[in-house]
Amino acid sequence: MSTINPTALTTHDHDAGHAHVHYEIGFVRKYIFSTDHKIIGVQFLMTTLLMLLVGGSLALCVRWQLAFPWREMPIIGRLLFSGQGGAISPEFYTMLFTMHATVMIFLVIIPILAGAFGNFLIPLQIGADDMAFPTLNMLSYWFMWPAIGLFGASFFVAGGAAAAGWTSYPTLSALPQAAPGSGAGQTLWLLAVTFIGFSSMMGSINYLTTIINMRAPGLTLFRMPMTIWGMFITAILQAFALPVLTAAGAMMICDRTLGTTFFIPGGLVVNNADPTIGGGQALLWQHLFWFYSHPAVYIMIVPAMGMVSDIISTFSRKPLFGYRPMVYSMAAIAGLGFIVWGHHMFISGMNPALGMTFMVSTMMIALPSAVKTFNWLGTMWGGNLQFTTPMLNAIAFVSMFVVGGLSGIFMAAVPVDIYIHDTYFIVAHFHYVLFGATLFGVFGAIHFWFPKMFGRMMNEPLGKLHFALTFIGFNVTFFPMHLLGVAGFPRRLADPYNYPYLEHLLPLNQVMTYGALLMGFAQLLIIGNFVYSIFRGKKVGRNPWNSNTLEWTAPSPPGHGNFDILPIVYRGPYEYASPLVEEDFLPQTKFLPTEDRHIDPNADPH
Amino acid sequence: MNRFWCFFFTGAAALAVLFCIVGSGPTYRWWFPGPSISPLGAQIDDLFYLILVITTVTFIGVNAILGYVLWKYGSGKPRRSDFSHGSHTLEVVSSIVTAGVLLFIALYQMDVWYRYRVKSTFDREAVAHPVAEVTARQFEWRIRYPGPGKTLEDTPQPTDLYTVNDLHVPSGKPVLIKLRSEDVLHSFFLPHLRIKQDAVPGLVIPVWFQADKTGIYDLVCAELCGWGHYKMRGQLTAEREDERQSYLKELSKTQFDDGVAEKEKSE
Repeated sequence: MSTINPTALTTHDHDAGHAHVHYEIGFVRKYIFSTDHKIIGVQFLMTTLLMLLVGGSLALCVRWQLAFPWREMPIIGRLLFSGQGGAISPEFYTMLFTMHATVMIFLVIIPILAGAFGNFLIPLQIGADDMAFPTLNMLSYWFMWPAIGLFGASFFVAGGAAAAGWTSYPTLSALPQAAPGSGAGQTLWLLAVTFIGFSSMMGSINYLTTIINMRAPGLTLFRMPMTIWGMFITAILQAFALPVLTAAGAMMICDRTLGTTFFIPGGLVVNNADPTIGGGQALLWQHLFWFYSHPAVYIMIVPAMGMVSDIISTFSRKPLFGYRPMVYSMAAIAGLGFIVWGHHMFISGMNPALGMTFMVSTMMIALPSAVKTFNWLGTMWGGNLQFTTPMLNAIAFVSMFVVGGLSGIFMAAVPVDIYIHDTYFIVAHFHYVLFGATLFGVFGAIHFWFPKMFGRMMNEPLGKLHFALTFIGFNVTFFPMHLLGVAGFPRRLADPYNYPYLEHLLPLNQVMTYGALLMGFAQLLIIGNFVYSIFRGKKVGRNPWNSNTLEWTAPSPPGHGNFDILPIVYRGPYEYASPLVEEDFLPQTKFLPTEDRHIDPNADPH
Repeated sequence: MNRFWCFFFTGAAALAVLFCIVGSGPTYRWWFPGPSISPLGAQIDDLFYLILVITTVTFIGVNAILGYVLWKYGSGKPRRSDFSHGSHTLEVVSSIVTAGVLLFIALYQMDVWYRYRVKSTFDREAVAHPVAEVTARQFEWRIRYPGPGKTLEDTPQPTDLYTVNDLHVPSGKPVLIKLRSEDVLHSFFLPHLRIKQDAVPGLVIPVWFQADKTGIYDLVCAELCGWGHYKMRGQLTAEREDERQSYLKELSKTQFDDGVAEKEKSE
């Protein structure tokens, strides 16, 4: 990859070019309690990558039990379960998958997209010097830490961490006598999720305000890069869906501590305790929970869709195919996202008539996803593809999203869902979407924007090796889950082989666990590459990828206040291979005196 | 090196298809636990296969296009991309086709769902005489049958018969059970019949099914219900009506035997 556009202005010019006075800030204000969106973005990134390791380790423990049930677990077994021969206990197993999902969803996927990349990219891509509310931004990061602390502490309370699944369905989660993990661990879990909710809400308000009010001159809404559209739509989703989860969490905390009975029916005899007193409805939680958590599924992918669109267009050296349809389909996903929550509840016992309406709305939400896939392929079609690490990860995003999207159709069909609900088919589906799509998108984004974050490149061969190993490990681990699901292999069983009809699936599970180990160890490569490249990576100028969007006109890394020259936007973000210029990219800020405002798309490229 | 990535992505897709074909075959049997033994389950399987055909065709089509694009436009030869912002016509046509297919799948499925869950469509005889009440609790299935010649009442009767984890139903006709939970959520899952229904504390949910083949089948708890979720295993015995009656008689004898009457008789 050649590097052009070397830094035209030195940092001296940068300082001189700004009217306002910069004062020296100390280390603590600069790097820890920073209000600079870039530092906060990097803080989010480092924290979430650390949590990715935690969540991944929990997943490996789950995989160990599924491949080698009741066998001594390496290292951990001896430390924690010496009394039972090193094998993990079934109650610990339920904690493992509960906390794996919790960590991955609340501490990795949501904050790495909105927190890390949202923070870093929004002001840079819209040409602003920072977020609208820098202090609120700082708080949104620091509100994550009480959550991390509470989740961590919950492992050490009596009964251990929450073990009712990340969905925390009552009455298992609402009654302390229902399970060991439903003791203090569950209350801490609910409190932690509330903190995460506050953190997300602060981010959401900030992003909305910033994107609406602080765009550079000329940057109309339909000139915004897809990343910004993704962040914008995600912020809207969070603002409208999150209060419902927070309220439901508060109700559950009241049920658990104050004796209310929102979710607890009367007369239940749980674990031989006295019958419960109540009049609540357990299904109410599922409705409230999924009213947030289904839109949250889109919160977990829409920003990645945006980033991948940017990456694919850049490395196809070609304008994004169907920019407006891409925006509209994102908006459609977000809109429909609010009326499909019931598809998580087809067999829950809710009114069957609802199942039919939810089936139709769920099928329809596949349409905008199909439009997006079509447009990504259309973008690459006729391009000049460059297989850089970000591009490979972005292609993997598309490829895996296709699998996850198609498997979604099976479960959207209610009768088929009767059978595959709560089996590994579901597990396969959401891992293809959340890991296969989102996380590959994130890996792509890390490699793509790393030069802007640190002024240095990540190592390309190492990046490609990490990509290939992760891709192989991922598919070996998760693709067979589709077949497990068809075989009726239920989720969340500590020992599925207890059922005779599942016994023959053990060898397949062992292969999957080897795939998971490969995938786990492959992550050491990206961590090594990341840390090494911060200090030793090849130094680059402003625009190492010859990209069009505004962040590439700022220095790498951008100083305080981001831009040394106020960007003025003249066109959309994807004018690659434009016939108006010699080179194959045309930055949004480049002023062409001869520019014809009506570009003929059929014009002969010179 | 550029071609490598074309092979990498298309090869992965091809392997995935191959894996499904080989894995679902008789050697490995990573597939349905046998053909459905219930008529409704067979219809669910048919719908599954219909979607499988549609999605497989789409999957192969999309990957073929991806492979072509990576091959043709990723050769590494210097070239200038086409300057195109998309095609409104293509966009509209592809959306309409996709929407049509999706809507077809949705509407085509309604009927099976309707007959599975909407009570007015249930077999009248089965509704009038539920075979049993199944109460899920941590970590077992408690089963209450009406006494011989009686009908199942909502509240327990002195003549009722009880078992644990062993549900006997007559084969070859629709039967209805009343599903309850005593403590937390559970899910009544009969994989061989493709039947699943959550048991919700506070609700009584009617579930009907029909086992056409006699035999013993797994009854699985499919909803996380606590640390012992994995061992909440029951079984469904589908048998001829006369066999079932003699089973109930035997059950009645054991249950109401006070250990005295027989002894006195022998004396």
